[in-house]
Amino acid sequence: MSTADFGILSFGAYLPRARLQRKAIAAANAWFAPGLRGLAKGERSICNWDEDSITLAVEAARDCLAGFDRQALTQLVLASSTLPFDDRQNAGVVANALQLKSALRAIDQSGSQRAGSTALAAALDGYGAPGQTLVVAADARKSKAGSTQEMHYGDGAAAVLVGHGEPLARLIASHSETVDFVHQYRMHDRAHDYAWEERWVRDEGYMKIVPRAVAALLAKSGVDAAAITHFCMPGTLSRIGVAVAKRCGLGEGTVRDNLAAVCGDTGVAHPLLMLAAALEDAKAGDRILLAAFGEGCDALLFEVTPAIAQAGERRGVRGALAARREDGNYMRYLSFNNLVDLERGMRAEPDKPTQMTVLYRNRDMIQGLIGGKCRVCGTVQYPRQRYCVNPECNALDSQDDYAFSERSGTLMSYTADSLTYSPDPPTYFGMVQFDGGGRMLMDFSEVEPGKIDVGLPVRMVFRIKDADPMRGFVRYFWKATPA
Amino acid sequence: MASGIKDKVVILGMGCSKFGERWDCNAQDLMVEAFEEALADAGIERKQIEAAWLGTAIEEQHLGKSAVPLAMTLRLPYIPVTRVENYCATGTEALRGAVYAVASGAADIALALGVEKLKDTGYGGLPQRGRGALNDLFWPNLSAPGSFAQLAAAYRAKHGADKDELKRAMAHISVKSHANAARNPKAHLRNAITEDDVLRAPMIAEPLGLYDCCGVSDGSACAIVCTPDIARGLGKKDLVAVKALQVAVSNGEEVQFDRWDGSYFATTRIAAARAYKEAGITRPREQVSLVDVHDCFSVTELVTMEDLQLSPEGTAIRDVLDGFFDAEGAVPCQIDGGLKCFGHPIGASGLRMVYEMYLQLSGRAGSRQLGAPTWGVTHNLGGFPSQNVAAISVIGAYGA
Repeated sequence: MSTADFGILSFGAYLPRARLQRKAIAAANAWFAPGLRGLAKGERSICNWDEDSITLAVEAARDCLAGFDRQALTQLVLASSTLPFDDRQNAGVVANALQLKSALRAIDQSGSQRAGSTALAAALDGYGAPGQTLVVAADARKSKAGSTQEMHYGDGAAAVLVGHGEPLARLIASHSETVDFVHQYRMHDRAHDYAWEERWVRDEGYMKIVPRAVAALLAKSGVDAAAITHFCMPGTLSRIGVAVAKRCGLGEGTVRDNLAAVCGDTGVAHPLLMLAAALEDAKAGDRILLAAFGEGCDALLFEVTPAIAQAGERRGVRGALAARREDGNYMRYLSFNNLVDLERGMRAEPDKPTQMTVLYRNRDMIQGLIGGKCRVCGTVQYPRQRYCVNPECNALDSQDDYAFSERSGTLMSYTADSLTYSPDPPTYFGMVQFDGGGRMLMDFSEVEPGKIDVGLPVRMVFRIKDADPMRGFVRYFWKATPA
Repeated sequence: MASGIKDKVVILGMGCSKFGERWDCNAQDLMVEAFEEALADAGIERKQIEAAWLGTAIEEQHLGKSAVPLAMTLRLPYIPVTRVENYCATGTEALRGAVYAVASGAADIALALGVEKLKDTGYGGLPQRGRGALNDLFWPNLSAPGSFAQLAAAYRAKHGADKDELKRAMAHISVKSHANAARNPKAHLRNAITEDDVLRAPMIAEPLGLYDCCGVSDGSACAIVCTPDIARGLGKKDLVAVKALQVAVSNGEEVQFDRWDGSYFATTRIAAARAYKEAGITRPREQVSLVDVHDCFSVTELVTMEDLQLSPEGTAIRDVLDGFFDAEGAVPCQIDGGLKCFGHPIGASGLRMVYEMYLQLSGRAGSRQLGAPTWGVTHNLGGFPSQNVAAISVIGAYGA
């Protein structure tokens, strides 16, 4: 079977808007860990209270799938080292949010910083598969207060669509090394990573394992090191990219920015995020070498096709980096990550159970934001009820599914509610009037104080709606955010 | 349309507890306080009551479910007793049950009692609570002030109102209600405040500050109603009659259909039109003597003036600032202090409004008595601007 039409069909990215300023981390912790001052440059992306790896993944996937038929997907891989659920298919939540068909192989891939790169390599090796595979890698990374991880890490997601069509890039070859080199680890009952000395990680890890994988990859592909135009390798150790490139025989000019200064290391997402960034800059004929380190190394070599020039519009890494909000509030970051026991008041106490029967029956309405459109009168409405809401119609069972998630709208009314409990008060909510019909009274996210009024254009984002600490559950819904 | 209930039912007696932070009381004590006053006012014995309605909304905070707590507390002799709940319009719903029972001929004398014990939550404002299994999955994370604050944004957008002028009109509303409540010994908040106090108060839900929000109170109110013949037979003179009782409930059009603009209450407009028709009021702005509306928030009162046809649409800010609804104005509003200052024990509020109408029409309103009122209108609202229950009553002199 020809592989000429098989490869990367699209890609997407997402970073949380909030960028915690590293100097705020250093300032708060200088009394205990003065060494952090040396790392206090730039900013890192941090999840809002209502974001996690599932919601990050949905955003990256939407970016990747814009203009593509979601029903062509036969496989979805969600790769993350921070999946919210240990048991409940996380990819299934993403699939429901994206309204993928149920005839779908969904895979949660975890266990290593290479979960994303391995998933991508596996998808690209499966060129005989009939449908398309979406590989989404996302991480909402946890770290202890005052740790170097807190400085280095970032939160984010990237998605790559693999299949037959007009690929933007084709895989030339891939090679994986698996070595039980434990540079960091986290057992299932622990919240945070435990890391070993950086100098050892550099000398015995990156500098030996990555070059071995790259050498094997180049040998397999028959491509000369000098022919590589983009070298993507996540890693926050000082100048590690250049050092490894040199060891591999790659030119220093090929080494791509590891985004440490602007978003931090997004863990499992980072190999795909750097690949996406490379694709945004690439031109036809470029060769991209992706190397992902972690208990071994995945090395993937791509050739960029002429289709890259006609690639559709997307937010991408560039757009995600630009959509930023500086955040210097370290205390709020600690609170969002349960690193400080904040007094939340009695209004935070009410029990919030989710009845699984109710969620299941209404999963498309809730997780997919599916409403109805009346076949009799054309009225678009949410939620879809048995009788049409139009008083001149009121037809029974007359509505077809109508998806709101990709529709734009404007604010009809709003408030900033300081009374109701929110992890990040005030709560912004109000009525959204959708372009093309339909309205919803709904929560907003990412509203900046003073930058909201009637008429504000908004789009929908998939977010955490409520947490149920008593039973350890999180439920999701859609919110409006400034477009 | 049905012939309506005008003059078929009169108020035989009413009672109302002191509203406020009643740390000393259980809900049952408040019920007895209101009932004793009503019973004495009616001049009957409890065994003459043939049917009763209990209105209470957040029963899990105090009484628990069903009508049994009313029957047990008042020792009602195995009569039919019904508990009703319809958001914050619960009190008027209890009255409607009793009034309809009498109007239908099913009972000669019936009782309606509303009660709420809200100050046992441990914090200010209404208790946080679930909104239903499915609703909890998609409704916004809203508080009552947050949902009503939406009115201000939409009203401003529709009428091109100036933000500061709207806020000043809202402030005027609260200042007026505090001034009125100072003359009401049963009111929860009796302190006078200034416009500056309102404008400088902490923000609760933009643009509603602390003084734009009504009190959360403990309290109970009670009505005993009967046929005009029964009342006359008991020697009552100058009867106060129920002229109209109308309720309109949202069916989802506001929140789901693209017609409503968010700046008014669709339900109030419909219920008011029906109530005026039932009562025979054709020119509300000229005919209504006084009004007690559901001023849960200042902005609610403002838009309600238009919904009740007391101000032409888009002119409520002007009327409010001109003092049209002040105690000395053409149509005094919240002469008893309203929800804002009399307080808002949910199940009791609708009945408390009628209590003030009853006192005013009987000339028994003490230092806040208005001249010679002929038509009193109450407006009791439950829910949120986008989906709610509006309950309107018209109270007037029997036969007028």
